[in-house]
Formats: sequence, structure tokens, C-alpha cells
Amino acid sequence: MSTDAGTTTHSMAAPGAAAAVVARGIGKTFSSRSGEVTALDGIDLTVAAGEFVSLIGPSGCGKSTLLRLIGDLDQPSTGELRVFGKSAQAAREAQDYGIAFQQAGLLPWRDVAGNVELPLELHGVGKKERAARAAELLTLVGLEEFAGHFPHQLSGGMQQRVAIARALAERPSLLLMDEPFGALDEMTRERMQTELVRICAESGAAVVFVTHSIPEAVFLSERVVVMSPRPGRITAVVPVRIAGERTEGLREDSSFFAAVTAVREALHGSGAIPTGTARGVDLR
Amino acid sequence: MSTQASAGRRRSAVRWFAPVLLGLVALVLWQGFVVATGIKPYLLPSPTAIVDQLRQVVPLVWSAALATGLNVLVGLLVGGTAAVLAAILAARSGMVDSLMSPTAAALSVMPIVALAPALNTMFGTTSTTPRRLVVSVVVFAPIFVNTLRGLRQVQPVHRDLLRAYAATPRQISRTVTIPGALPYFFTGLRIASSTGVIAAVVAEYFGGLQNGLGSRITSAASNSAYARAWAFVLGAILLGLVFYLATLALERAAARRTGG
Amino acid sequence: MTDLATSTSAPVGTPAAPQRARSGRGRRVAVGLLAVVLLAVLWELVKLVVPDTGGHVLGASVLPRTDDVAMPHVWTIGQRMLEPETSAVGSPTVLSAMLQACWFTFRVALAGWVLGSVGGFLVALLMQRWTVAESALLPWVVLSQTVPLIALAPLVVGWGGRIHIGSFEWQRWMSVALIASYLAFFPVAVGALRGLQSPPAAQVELFRALAAGWSRTLLGLRLPASVPYLLPALRLGAATAVVGAIVAEVSTGTKGGIGRMIISYAQSASGDPAKPWGAIVGAAVLGLVAAGLVSLLGLGLGRYRHAEVS
Repeated sequence: MSTDAGTTTHSMAAPGAAAAVVARGIGKTFSSRSGEVTALDGIDLTVAAGEFVSLIGPSGCGKSTLLRLIGDLDQPSTGELRVFGKSAQAAREAQDYGIAFQQAGLLPWRDVAGNVELPLELHGVGKKERAARAAELLTLVGLEEFAGHFPHQLSGGMQQRVAIARALAERPSLLLMDEPFGALDEMTRERMQTELVRICAESGAAVVFVTHSIPEAVFLSERVVVMSPRPGRITAVVPVRIAGERTEGLREDSSFFAAVTAVREALHGSGAIPTGTARGVDLR
Repeated sequence: MSTQASAGRRRSAVRWFAPVLLGLVALVLWQGFVVATGIKPYLLPSPTAIVDQLRQVVPLVWSAALATGLNVLVGLLVGGTAAVLAAILAARSGMVDSLMSPTAAALSVMPIVALAPALNTMFGTTSTTPRRLVVSVVVFAPIFVNTLRGLRQVQPVHRDLLRAYAATPRQISRTVTIPGALPYFFTGLRIASSTGVIAAVVAEYFGGLQNGLGSRITSAASNSAYARAWAFVLGAILLGLVFYLATLALERAAARRTGG
Repeated sequence: MTDLATSTSAPVGTPAAPQRARSGRGRRVAVGLLAVVLLAVLWELVKLVVPDTGGHVLGASVLPRTDDVAMPHVWTIGQRMLEPETSAVGSPTVLSAMLQACWFTFRVALAGWVLGSVGGFLVALLMQRWTVAESALLPWVVLSQTVPLIALAPLVVGWGGRIHIGSFEWQRWMSVALIASYLAFFPVAVGALRGLQSPPAAQVELFRALAAGWSRTLLGLRLPASVPYLLPALRLGAATAVVGAIVAEVSTGTKGGIGRMIISYAQSASGDPAKPWGAIVGAAVLGLVAAGLVSLLGLGLGRYRHAEVS
């Protein structure tokens, strides 16, 4: 079932060389009016430091739930979860990760710079330092001219870039992204993907990226984790071997199409689900 | 482009012009009706007669409006503070909420001014406290309901975000909950200020001190000084406007700050 | 500042909705009773703790006098309601006199509410149909809602017995109903207009694409869509109509209603302190009943009310 690459549980013991995320036998059940719903079952996954991993699958496969468990926004029902060798809670409290959601989630009463500064402010970074860091980040996402604007004055793509700058504010070594480009139009989306690749290369952070777009997963990731619903399980892990840099040209490269095909087949061909249920997958 | 702009200008001109024109036409008709039919002033005095009276009693209207306005202000402060505290408690505890929310709903449909005579007995007829208390109770419900709604409307994405930042409860209040609830509070305050003015004027109909607009209206009416009574009514309307515009300005400012 | 972190504990999900609605109603009644009991306990506690002469700060009385004249015991009030109103032979109990007065006020308020609601709805239709009417009228309607127009009540009184049109004579209760009606008018006009304008452009355009005229669009779209706005407005209108009726009775001196009863009982408060409280309880219940009856209107309209807006 699970095809976990490389790293063993031993790495948990050595924090210096700790993998970004190690999940062992993770299960999550929610209770609802119609009884228990198993959102995740038997998840084993390791994300190495600096690695870009996408979680893909149809709606309801638990990919967002898994991300929320890693971020300690929810707690697993079973299994063990380690983030940089610590418990998920300790990692959250130590601010080891930055997070971005499908909605930008900017605070409407703060201007762009104020939103980027929010995590720094909460963690007691001085005013001057905050301003400098915000300016640096806004330059990184190409919004340096909009520092004084308020969120409602920005387009959806710009808001999402602010959210990404905010996620990067504390130079996290892990980025958790839950369909951050899901609400954007295709052109903006591709531009954002290119920028994200560049930003991640510069920061060297590991990324766990939830999406339901196959091309997006392939374009961004070193490994694509394919999941199936009811209960949420990992059905395949597709390594994406791309020679050279990931730039716009990659989208028309044959290795890109080959990887897209591989992921699509993994999504459709997984024996656990009948072929029809994979319709939720976005085949853009 | 230019036709669009001029169409927009025409529309906003209509928006301003239409109500002003309607008001003027109504005034002229009113005056014409009173003059033409020779209707007795106890039924309807003419606008000019009212303005004439108003000019004569301006100092009296002013002092009466101050007295009533002060009652409204104190009532708003007391009732508003209580309502905000209750909303904070209700937002934190389900038990308080399930007790307070139905109570506020019930209060909002009860004729609170009916309490005025009993409060006069309790606090003394020469005291302003009964009126201020009536205003406090009347303004409680709208401020409570709106503030609670504001405290509740925290978006799940903001909640997740602040949890991801390991923010302390105090930080969550300061950065998300309070700024988010402020516009709702001001909306409640605007609604409450209108009902508060009405309550303050009406509470005076139930006896007690004779220094406010309501008492002046009743005493003028019972002395058959109808145009003067109308002048005091005009004063009450202006007082209502002052409170409405002041709270509206606060609400707008809060909404602008939050990008609403 | 206090922390509001736990303020996010809003109820999540509504499993088994109808069952919950029923138990919710039962709970609301229980909570209502609990609130009344708490109020009574608080009342007695204040009586016990605060000195009989009340409390003054800088000359302003901030605490009530708590002797038996100013604040009679809860049980005294209850007892008094079951005793005869006056010492005259055959006098009804305070309770039955109060109920009778409430019934009188209720009918007057109902007349005012119906008149005001119909008027408010028609004006809303007018404003929805013609933009010019909306531009001209709406600012006045909003303004009227925010200024104490009820201040006019003592002036409308003068009409009682003084207007004769043919065989029609203007009665005092009509002044009261008129005042109640214009208090009900404004919330209904505003609520109905918001409701009639609530359908999103996509739905309005669908009706236009289907070549539906104004009246078809009104009946098929705007009217059903206005229900969640209209019901709270009608409820608010009922509450304000009751307030209007009571205030109007007080300022007109109209006999027979609960407003007048509160005043006349209050005048005898020094000798019979528990009596006015009986009338005040009646007024409070009247407001609840009026709003509750309007809520009953909504029971048959369940499917139009999925998102009620107050």
C-alpha cells in the first residue's frame, strides 16, 4: 500500500538530522450524526527536510485533514506524528512551520504590511525588525508597492501572495499549504506556482502542499502522494524526476507530461476505489 | 465613459434632489392645507406657526433637549457597558449565553417604558435615575445582540491561523476577535441610540421630573399651546438626529477601518 | 482587556434538526422560567442588602429605596394580583382587571399593527417598483425610524372627539391605534423593501430571461424571497405597536387599556404598593404575546425562512 521513500523511524531520535515530517500509522476519525467517519487510516509518510511533497486526491480523501494534523490544528486519533523530531504541538509552539490556506485569510483591518508582520508581532519581534522583514518579503512576492493597501483593495492573486509572504515571515523550515491557489484563475495560478518554486528554492524550506490539480502537483513537487477517500489512505507515491530547473518551459516538456500521466494513472488505477470516484480530481 | 460618468452624476443628483423635493412639497402642501382649510391648531398647526413658536422658545427647547440628551447619554453608557460585558461573558460561556440571549430577545419586545412609574416610586420622582435606567434597559438588547454576533463571527481561517501561530488567548482577542467585533458593536450602538432617545422622551410621559422634552410636550399640549408642543417635538426630532448622526459616523469610521 | 479566545465555541452542526428544534423550544421555555426566577431572587436580594432609604452618590440616587412601599415582596405582588381591585363590592381581581385591560390594548395595537404593516408593505412595493420613489421616500422612512416621532402622541390626542366627518366621529382609541400604526409602519416598510430587493441579480435575470413581467417576478421571486426579512420586521412592528399603544394611552388618557392602568395604579402606589407591579407584568406579557403571535405566522412558512435576517 504505502510506498514510503527512504527515511526510517530512526531519524526521529536524532533531532539534528530530523526529517521535516514523520507520520506513522496515523488515523483520524470524526464523530458525526451518522456515527463515526474515518477520515484517515494507516497513514505512513516522511517528508525530508527541504523536500517539496504534494498531497493529491479526490474530495474527502483526507488530504487537508492530514495537513491540519501536521500543523496541530487537529489531533490524530491514532498513530504517531513527528515534526522535526518533536511532537506536532511542540513544533507548532516553537513556530517551526508557516501555513497558508485556500482563503488568504488576511485580517481586513490591517494593511498588507501589517498582515505580513502579524506572526512576527505575535512573537515579540521588534517594530523596526518587523518592518524590515515585511518589506523584504513583499519584495520577494512582488508587492512592495502595496504595503500600505488594505486587503479589499487587492485582487485574489495578490491577497494570496500576501498570505504566502506571511507564511514565510519567520523563515520556517516547513511550509504547510492547503490548496493556496485553489481559488485563482488558471493564468494567475501558473504564475504563482512559478513564484512558489523560486521562493522555496531561495528559502530551502520543506513544503507539504495540498492540491487537487495534477499539473500543479507535478510542476511543484519532488514527490506526489496520491490518496483515496473513505477511508483516507495513501494509495501511491509518485516521484517526479525532472532534470534541471522548474521553469515555465517545463509545462511543455515531455517529462512533465509523463509525470502527469503517471499521477493520473495512480489516481484512477488505484484498486481501492472504483474508477468513477476519481472524477473529483481536477485535470487542468 | 463620459456618458457613464454623467449618468452616475445624474443618478446621485436624483438621490439627493428627490427626497429634498419631496420634503419641500410636503411642507408647502401642509402649509397650504392649513391656510386653505383654516384647520384648528389643535388638529394641525402650520409649519410657519411652529417655526415661529420655536424661535420664541429656543432657550427652553435647548435646556430641555440637554436634560433629555443627558439621560440618553448616561443610559447608553450604563446599558452599553452592561451589554458589552454580558456579550463577552455569553461568548465565553454557553450557559450565560443560553440565559442571556432569550432574555435580551424578550426585553426587546417588552414595553420597557411601562417600568417608568414604578421606578419613579423606587428612586423618587425628583430623580433622573428612573429615566436613565429605562434607557439603559432599552439599549441593552440591541447592543448585546450585535456585539455577541460580532464576537462570534471570527472566521475559521483566522482561528486556524492564530492557532498555527501559537497565539495566546489575549493575543487572539487583541488581533482578531475585538477588531472583528467592533463594527458590529457600533451597529448595535447606532440602533440603540435611536431607541434610547425614543425611550428617554417617552419615559417622561409617565410622570416624574418636568425638565425634559417629553414633559414639555405634554404640558404644552395640555395647555392647548399646540404650536409650542410641536416646537418641542421638533426639538426631540433634532435630538434624535444628533444621536443618530453621531453614532452613524462612529459606525462608518469603524467599518472603514476594517475595510468593510 | 479580557481575552475572548473561547468566544469561538459557536455550536457546530445541527444533527437531527427537527428533534433539536422541539427540545430547543422546551429549553427556551425552561430558560425563560429560570430567568424569571433569577429576577425574583435578585429582587429579593436587593431588598435584603440595600438599605431601605436607597443609595445616593453625589446627590443622584443610584440604588432604589427598598422598603415595602417602593419594592414590595415578590409574593406580595403575586398575592395582590389575586385580590379584588378595589374595596367596592363585586370588584374583579387585579389579575382579571389586568387581563381585560391587556385585551383592550391588544386589540387597539392589533388594529394599529395591521394598518401600519399593510401601509408599510405598500410603500415598500412602491419603492421597489419605482427607483424615483425609493430615492424620494427611503431617506424619510429611515430618518423617521431614528427620530422620536412618538413625541407626537400627545398631539394626536387632541383629535379625539373633535373630528366629525359626516356621521363618522373620531374616537380616542383611533388616535391610539393611529400612533401604534405609525410605529409599526417604519420597520415593516424598511424590512419589506430589503426583502423585495434581496434576490440576487442572477435570479432576477433568470425571470427576465423567462419573459416574466413585474407582477410575475413579484409573486414568483421577490415575495418568497422577502419572507426572511419580512417576518422579523413584522415581529418588531408588533412589539413597537404595543409600545406605541401603551404610550399613546398614557398620553391620551384613554381609559380601558393597560397603559392607563399602569398610571392609575402607580398613583395609588403609596397605599397599595403591589398593585402597579401587577399592571407592569401585564404589559410585559402583552409585548411577549404580540411578538410570539407574529412568530406563529412563520410556522407555515418554514421553507422560505432558511436564513432569517433581523
